[in-house]
Amino acid sequence: MEAVKETVDQSLREMRDTFASGRTRSVKWRKAQLGAIIEMVKDNEEKMSDVLFQDLGKHSTEAFRDELGFVMRSATTALNCLDKWVVPRNSNLPLLFYPATGKVISEPYGTVLVLSSWNFPISLSLDPMIGAIAAGNTVLLKASELSPNASALLAKLIPSYLDTKAIKVIEGGPDIATILLQHQWDKIFFTGSPKIGKIIMAAAAEHLTPVTLELGGKCPTIIDHHSVSKDMKAYYVLVEQSFASTLIDMFKPVIRSFFGENPKESGCLAKIVTKKHFQRLSRLLNDPRVKASIVYGGSMDEEKLYVEPTILLDPPLDSEIVNEEIFGPILPIITLRDIQESIGFIKSKPKPLAIYAFTKDENLKTRILSETSSGSVTFNDLMIQYMCDALPFGGVGQSGMGRYHGKYSFECFSHEKAIMEGSLAMDPEARYPPWNNFKLNFIRLAFREAYFKLVLLMLGLTKGVRK
Amino acid sequence: MVKVFQAADATDLVTELRRSFDDGVTRGYEWRVTQLKKLLLICDNHEPEIVSALHDDLGKPELESSVYEVALLRNSINLAVKQLKDWMAPDKAKTSLTTFPASAEIVYEPLGVVLVISAWNYPFLLSIDPVIGAISAGNAVVLKPSELAPASSSLLAKLLEQYLDSSAVRVVEGAVTETTLLLEQKWDKIFYTGSSRIGRIIMMAAAKHLTPVVLELGGKSPVVIDSDTNLKITAKRIIAGKWGCNNGQACISPDYILTTKEFSPKVIDALKQELEAFYGKNPMESKDMSRIVNSNHFDRLSKMLEEKEVSDKIVYGGQKNRDKLKIAPTILVDVPLDSQIMSEEIFGPLLPIITLNNLEECFDVIRSRPKPLAAYLFTQNQKLKERFALTVSAGGIVVNDIAVHLAVPTLPFGGVGESGMGSYHGKFSFDAFSHKKAVLYKSFIGDAAIRYPPYSTGKLRLLKALVNSNILEIFRVILGLS
Repeated sequence: MEAVKETVDQSLREMRDTFASGRTRSVKWRKAQLGAIIEMVKDNEEKMSDVLFQDLGKHSTEAFRDELGFVMRSATTALNCLDKWVVPRNSNLPLLFYPATGKVISEPYGTVLVLSSWNFPISLSLDPMIGAIAAGNTVLLKASELSPNASALLAKLIPSYLDTKAIKVIEGGPDIATILLQHQWDKIFFTGSPKIGKIIMAAAAEHLTPVTLELGGKCPTIIDHHSVSKDMKAYYVLVEQSFASTLIDMFKPVIRSFFGENPKESGCLAKIVTKKHFQRLSRLLNDPRVKASIVYGGSMDEEKLYVEPTILLDPPLDSEIVNEEIFGPILPIITLRDIQESIGFIKSKPKPLAIYAFTKDENLKTRILSETSSGSVTFNDLMIQYMCDALPFGGVGQSGMGRYHGKYSFECFSHEKAIMEGSLAMDPEARYPPWNNFKLNFIRLAFREAYFKLVLLMLGLTKGVRK
Repeated sequence: MVKVFQAADATDLVTELRRSFDDGVTRGYEWRVTQLKKLLLICDNHEPEIVSALHDDLGKPELESSVYEVALLRNSINLAVKQLKDWMAPDKAKTSLTTFPASAEIVYEPLGVVLVISAWNYPFLLSIDPVIGAISAGNAVVLKPSELAPASSSLLAKLLEQYLDSSAVRVVEGAVTETTLLLEQKWDKIFYTGSSRIGRIIMMAAAKHLTPVVLELGGKSPVVIDSDTNLKITAKRIIAGKWGCNNGQACISPDYILTTKEFSPKVIDALKQELEAFYGKNPMESKDMSRIVNSNHFDRLSKMLEEKEVSDKIVYGGQKNRDKLKIAPTILVDVPLDSQIMSEEIFGPLLPIITLNNLEECFDVIRSRPKPLAAYLFTQNQKLKERFALTVSAGGIVVNDIAVHLAVPTLPFGGVGESGMGSYHGKFSFDAFSHKKAVLYKSFIGDAAIRYPPYSTGKLRLLKALVNSNILEIFRVILGLS
């Protein structure tokens, strides 16, 4: 432990010195690093696919779509847009302040910490880092120990492609995280569970460190019976009672077409990440009331860490499987008398990261938008908002605070500094004590931008202001 | 008999406000504008009472109260009323080939039930300005004004109850006990103005509920004076910005001066001259300065002056009167850098000048200290201005003036590092109390089979081409597939 503490101290010192030297402020440096990230992923696509398969059983297409391709695109966007993003924005000042000028500059926070999660270990590590680097910070990454091969690969590759004095990786679990959190960072970016998010924010509070927390939470999918869903990646589905059996009948052939008759052997279904997670899922499914609600699937293999794609119909609403985040191929379907009730149902639970709604009903769409709160809402698709980098990605309430992707990543790691320049030319006496009624009226009129009256006041043609 | 605020009261309060919020009371444009206009009525109908309360609490001169509290608030309310429709409208966002065909927008939604905790030095401004943001964004809000400005606190409670919709806007008066009880509740946002020490406590309490916070804190705002500046105007602006703004008890008050050894005597002379022009030969008698807020702060400031190696560095002022809670405008030169007066935020009428061999050294001095809320520079040197703006990290930077950026609604006002997080003023206030929800509308056409298992090499190639937005490659793959 002492050795680790020493390493962390040293790393922090080096990163802070590097930041102070101004090297990371240069746009050229930032672009070089972003280019190096793209190269790193391109050169090592196969190795990265491999570790994702080892850690998660992820198929290479999924790995590309959700992680590698995603990261390359994110870095490319940052590379192409950086010149635009770093330009100060001029602010329009009210006439009262003429001829002063104002603008806002995006300034890097300094030395930042990125803590990523195991479910998308490459993209949840590199994507925030892309933002941090684009914004001109030095950054330390700690990837999740629950995806050890991905973590190890990143720890090996990053130092050989990126500027080691500014960008560092450390491996480890909760005890390493604890050591890291004892230090003062200029920003912390965390992806993970709400439970740990609270610990991170409390630790950050000691140093008044701003945080972005990308947390989880159950993402409801509303299926209006006019439409159909093909993707299994929802967390729970809300449908009208009358539609439930139709939906289940629609799911079954779709699952079969995705994964074949024997999903275990398909090679397309990711495995459960650890034995601990498997045992948790097994426990959730073995609850007799939950077991009774299984209408498809349900078989499990502890040795292969395999859980069959499983559909539950109306599991008890107070069960853990309905209320806790499920990281597994289990889909609870909850039926309602009327699809409009889905709104009340969602509102009764903590605010999710995303709400998905399949419907053509404009009224329902409006109600969902205005009556529920979530990080985001996607109509008629799933997960895809993650890929749209013009949209901010982040939560609200229990699902998190702060956002990123595209330009939002750059802003996430920047302090928006206001800069105002006054003029020494215009210097009305009314600005200065000793105070008197004339000065008071002058300032009142100036504030109201009542310039004509102001002129009258100065010419002595009016005494004062009617309040 | 004043009813004691207890834990159950805090819970009931939040429950009630949450019900109002869930019922949609605060969501509509009409409600928000009505509340804002009522705030305007408060400014219009009760300015004399506000001025009087501020005089009781702080000895604040009428002009400062009228201008820096009431007039600023009036402007802030008027801006919100004028712009609210615009602010509430969703922003369109661009979509890309990978998500085609889809349209996207960002919808502004209120966070819910929010808590505003304000400070004692500008009790009306720092209470109502954030509340303007909270209401514009459609939230229900509880305000806890500072107990260190009791007349203002009770006037705020009375006026807000009288004019605003109490099913959604409430004031809780009190001190540490009441604040602690409030902090135990789950809020959707907490907006705090005050010290860094309490800021940590607020954020720690917020962490328990994953409540996002805006912390408007303080720090030691340095003023760098270059020898090429117009010294008369520089001195006037520093004095007006320090002693003319609540007698140095302001978050962006010029805290200390950095200038060269050579130029320093001229700076001191200019300051002395203008101080006399503003406040006369007997500044302790001047009605144009606030007093020190209370005996705790008076003693704190006295101690700073009495410290060894500091007391002999006074070159102007130094007089004190504990009964009247007055300390004269005081200038010191080259106090030790580790003295109390150079270690913590002064928040009072003392102005140390630190002299340097070379003005360049100012960057190291500032960088070696916690990031302040504001940093000031007086110079005509364009290169120096640029370097300062780029390399000095502070909440905000002002060149050739003091504190004015606070009144500009198009500039975000907030800190960084020890001086805080988040910002407000103008639309930034609306944003501070809003959740910007991303909304993606996808239509049913264009549902690409490539997204779904079973995964194949062909699908992978197509996905890669899409990700790279490579049109040629897309066509090749499609042709190759068929």
